[in-house]
Amino acid sequence: MPTIVVLVKQVPDTNAKIVVQGDRVDLSSVKMVMSPYDEFAIETAIRHRDATDGTVTAVTVGGPSSEKILKDAKAIGVDNIVRVWDDSWSDLDSNALQSVLSETIQTLGATVVYCGKSAADTGAGSTGPGIAERLGWGNASNVIGAEFSGSIVASMPVETGVAKINIALPAVISCDKGDFKVRKPNVKGIMMAKKAKVELMSAAAPSSTISIASHSMPPAKPAGKTFEGGASASQVAQLLRDEANVL
Amino acid sequence: MKQTYYEVNKMTNMIVIAELSKGNIHPSTAELVTAAHAFGGEPTLVVPCSDASIADSVQSLSGVSKIIAVKSDVFGGNDSSGWASALDSAIPSGTIICLATTRSKDVAARLAARRNISVVQDVTAIDGTNLTSPIYSGKANQTVSVSGDAVISVRANVFDSTGNDGSSEISVVDASGDVKTAVQEIMQRASTRLDVSEANIVISGGRGMGSPANFAHLEAVADTIGAAVGASRAAVDTWDEIPHSMQVGQTGKTVNPNLYIAVGISGAIQHLAGMRSSKYIVAINKDADAAIFQHADYGIVATWEEALPVFQEALSGMLG
Repeated sequence: MPTIVVLVKQVPDTNAKIVVQGDRVDLSSVKMVMSPYDEFAIETAIRHRDATDGTVTAVTVGGPSSEKILKDAKAIGVDNIVRVWDDSWSDLDSNALQSVLSETIQTLGATVVYCGKSAADTGAGSTGPGIAERLGWGNASNVIGAEFSGSIVASMPVETGVAKINIALPAVISCDKGDFKVRKPNVKGIMMAKKAKVELMSAAAPSSTISIASHSMPPAKPAGKTFEGGASASQVAQLLRDEANVL
Repeated sequence: MKQTYYEVNKMTNMIVIAELSKGNIHPSTAELVTAAHAFGGEPTLVVPCSDASIADSVQSLSGVSKIIAVKSDVFGGNDSSGWASALDSAIPSGTIICLATTRSKDVAARLAARRNISVVQDVTAIDGTNLTSPIYSGKANQTVSVSGDAVISVRANVFDSTGNDGSSEISVVDASGDVKTAVQEIMQRASTRLDVSEANIVISGGRGMGSPANFAHLEAVADTIGAAVGASRAAVDTWDEIPHSMQVGQTGKTVNPNLYIAVGISGAIQHLAGMRSSKYIVAINKDADAAIFQHADYGIVATWEEALPVFQEALSGMLG
């Protein structure tokens, strides 16, 4: 009966337009959602629980506004929800964030951790392998499917195809979009999530050595050339060879 | 204040980890040496290998203080714990730079965690101790300021390659690693086509292709010009025959090929985020108002049925 933790993170909706005001991204009018890959992590964690009679605890690091994604996780079917925070924290760098998460995972007594392969904000993908190293655990990234017994057999793409990897527990599994549907919250789940209590935890965070200096928009591209009609495709092919030199 | 950081930074050891690809050293390793100079100075080049003779191929890279070939069986596999523990035992303290590939980003995160330092991934610009990476899949850039040692992964095709007039001394170190996973089996991919994240040219189709069977027309063009075939999220979500591994965009793969050809793709923010940094973009769409045209170097307002056969014939004529 493994104690399973799934890490979730609140990020801007991936369909949102991102605006920089001054030298910071302005997220004030952007809808915040659970990072999309986290949904695959939750689905895999719940399947693991159901196969082994364990429990799933969703954990996020963030202020009170991040409780919405914990409620979403609860509505989908996790057992417990935990928010980790200290009001003295602002932008935790990877070392600080991973220290906090590793301590939390140990406090919860987890033997397997699921997370998204990367969060849709930074896209860095450091958290899974980073906490695995801190805990002395194995890990697999970009996992697209998993089977559960004493260990986990995870499928992941490699250069030549798809590899099946055997990972002994304890372990951290970072999930990519798999070839399965993720369950969505039902009415009963949403009602239960409304009443669910968010457990608050905290942990020691070493001071950050990396700080955000500025945000900026990528430079705009100069206007391109537009042609009408399918016949112009041969002209474009020539421009690709003679003007762009990319063929 | 920045000046102080700069002075501290000058004293840090710089270490570049050579990128391994199919048992050889990836040419982008020469770009990492340039990145190391931009951050802190002349690096030690660490070559992970099972056979130390591959280090000979980078002996002439300019601007390298010395080469350490770290020899271990773990580098024949993909276990990031094995890689990180073997490298850690052989790498001096300092700031470590590697290439931002799937495996190396995992190893970078583990090396940073082993040393209780931070990691900055997917760097595309270095200005002193300021590092810039794309965020929100390239919708914006984030610049961070680094104090102290860090592990940095750098995107390929961003920095110039260092020159070839060096002659570094190579020392060989044997290392063992703590491997925690085991490959059971590999199901070989049926297609030999390149993955979108590896190709220099990508041709992608959207829902405008009408049906998944019509992707055969994209494959025909791809075969002519050596391209990989990608898809928009709309196409992946609509048709089961189009796998997620083909998806370019914020919840798929981020690509920066020399040439990106978008066919029947309207240009949703989600998709643009994954391909906007491509060097040249061609868009084929019947809707003249499609957002993709604002990002295209060459736009063709036409149905794919009209444009692709002409395009294919012109390309075959030029390259055939």
